[in-house]
Amino acid sequence: MSEMQLATMAADPDRVDLRVIAGFVSPGSRVLDVGCGDGALLKLLAQEKGVDGRGIELSQRGVNQAVAEGLSVIQGDADRDLETYPDGAFDFAILSQTLQATRNPRTVVENLLRIGRRAIVSFPNFGNWRIRSQFMVWGRMPITSNLPYSWYDTPNIHFCTIKDFLTLTGEIDATIEDAVCLYGEGKRMTQTAPWTIWNLFGEQAVFVLSRG
Amino acid sequence: MDAGVPNHATAAARQVDCPSSLCMGFAETLALDGGDALPSFQIAYQVYGTLNEDKSNAILVCHALTGDQHVANEHPVTGKAGWWSLMVGPGRPIDTDRYFVICANVLGGCMGSTGPASSNPASGEPYALDLPVITVRDMVRAQARLVDELGIEKLFAVVGGSMGGMQVLQWAVSYPERVFAAIPIATAPRHTSQNIGFNEVGRQAVMADPDWCGGKYLMLGKRPAKGLAVARMAAHITYLSESALHHKFGRHLQDREALTFGFDADFQIESYLRHQGMTFVERFDANSYLYLTRAMDYFDLAKDFRGRLADAFRGATSRFCVISFSSDWLFPTAENRSIVHSLNASGANVSFVEVETDRGHDAFLLDEPELFRTVSGFLRGAARVRGLAE
Repeated sequence: MSEMQLATMAADPDRVDLRVIAGFVSPGSRVLDVGCGDGALLKLLAQEKGVDGRGIELSQRGVNQAVAEGLSVIQGDADRDLETYPDGAFDFAILSQTLQATRNPRTVVENLLRIGRRAIVSFPNFGNWRIRSQFMVWGRMPITSNLPYSWYDTPNIHFCTIKDFLTLTGEIDATIEDAVCLYGEGKRMTQTAPWTIWNLFGEQAVFVLSRG
Repeated sequence: MDAGVPNHATAAARQVDCPSSLCMGFAETLALDGGDALPSFQIAYQVYGTLNEDKSNAILVCHALTGDQHVANEHPVTGKAGWWSLMVGPGRPIDTDRYFVICANVLGGCMGSTGPASSNPASGEPYALDLPVITVRDMVRAQARLVDELGIEKLFAVVGGSMGGMQVLQWAVSYPERVFAAIPIATAPRHTSQNIGFNEVGRQAVMADPDWCGGKYLMLGKRPAKGLAVARMAAHITYLSESALHHKFGRHLQDREALTFGFDADFQIESYLRHQGMTFVERFDANSYLYLTRAMDYFDLAKDFRGRLADAFRGATSRFCVISFSSDWLFPTAENRSIVHSLNASGANVSFVEVETDRGHDAFLLDEPELFRTVSGFLRGAARVRGLAE
């Protein structure tokens, strides 16, 4: 069953970021996945990288499903509960597609950098040209396959663009150790492309950060 | 026994010294938290399933305040199914086809483990209040001796709800190296002031019964049944939720069309509580009720760690799965969550699930599919890591 789920997951173009994230995680490391959903990433990391993984998820349904599959996941809120973890408790603190749903993105990212030796953050790029043009042409809040919600029932409250995120990393003195930008059907943009191109054509970005 | 005392009461009395379950006697002294010691003691217990060759598949189930060792078999006094027969058994979440399950009557209980109704070897009479006060840690200490005797070095899991959950937490703190996985359910790291308050109401009801006789009722052939029944009625309300009570009983009348304008049980809820109280006194000893509620009141895991719960868990190496129920107001989710936060702060491996239900604290004993899924999933995951899975 898990094998099948992995196959479906790998085939899901919207979650290629999970594969990208897994590529950054070193085998056997300690990982905290914040906003882990039903535990798909934790499962992938456990099976392919043998990591000691933990998760936090806001939705009770996601938590119950993950725990019933034997993953170590707690019900909790990234905005409140990260405070309880001690400094340097994990090798990697991961926030995948959750940044935009947090109340205090800056505090959350700072907490990730405190709890993990490295933080990995993936988020949908609100600077993408499709989103820009939807807003500009139709004058309405954009709805895309990555961001399928209407403005009135979205869990997302703090969208940012790749450029915005770069500014944030500067403000909190985070070092960008690595980054990947995804476009189209989960294709990787070349590393050498300038940030402006990433910001215009990227649909998702994955950043690996550290402190100092 | 007095001819007026019904048969099940005699059956309950027999269980006190000569339980129908397995029983382990200990001749060495057991030092107690209160400063006293028991020169000898016995623990009555039940086992289910088969212990594997390297003795790595044992699960200890800890019972709640009014539970006992008969977790998955017919109860010898009431004839009813075991209190967790939905959870423990072949193919159940705690699968006796795979795991060796042990459930012991707690120290201070009245189903064969040394308690206030047991005979005091010094006098031959029941201990009554001469038994030193027992704490949750004392109970766990006694269980550890039993587990030693069974030749089990490390338990695969320790599981329990309410007072049983307190024992689970105490096990993980007292014997971290002996607990691979811990499942504390609907519990708290300490008894709150409100909980102590409810317990005190129960104790006062028992002690106000003229048949309590300063605790010496067994020697005098009496039983403070009315007081104990009232204690049970008050406690029972705290185990349910307002909405569950409302759905079940509302203001419906019991076997009548109109109010009687008297003090009979006009309402269904009254008659239900009276029934709960009456059936409880048939199987439970009043002094045990005093001792066990006291043990819960005294429970405070962080006390020896300057009030810092995370420090209590500092050495804990077990994998934890904390479970709470959304409508439990006796051990609310916030209490369970404080355990989770402290485990996080100490770097422990923890899962946490809140089960959505309107059945209150009692939900841990009932048919709650989400609870069963969580327990079996967590145990399966832990078994894989422990090398027990296929």
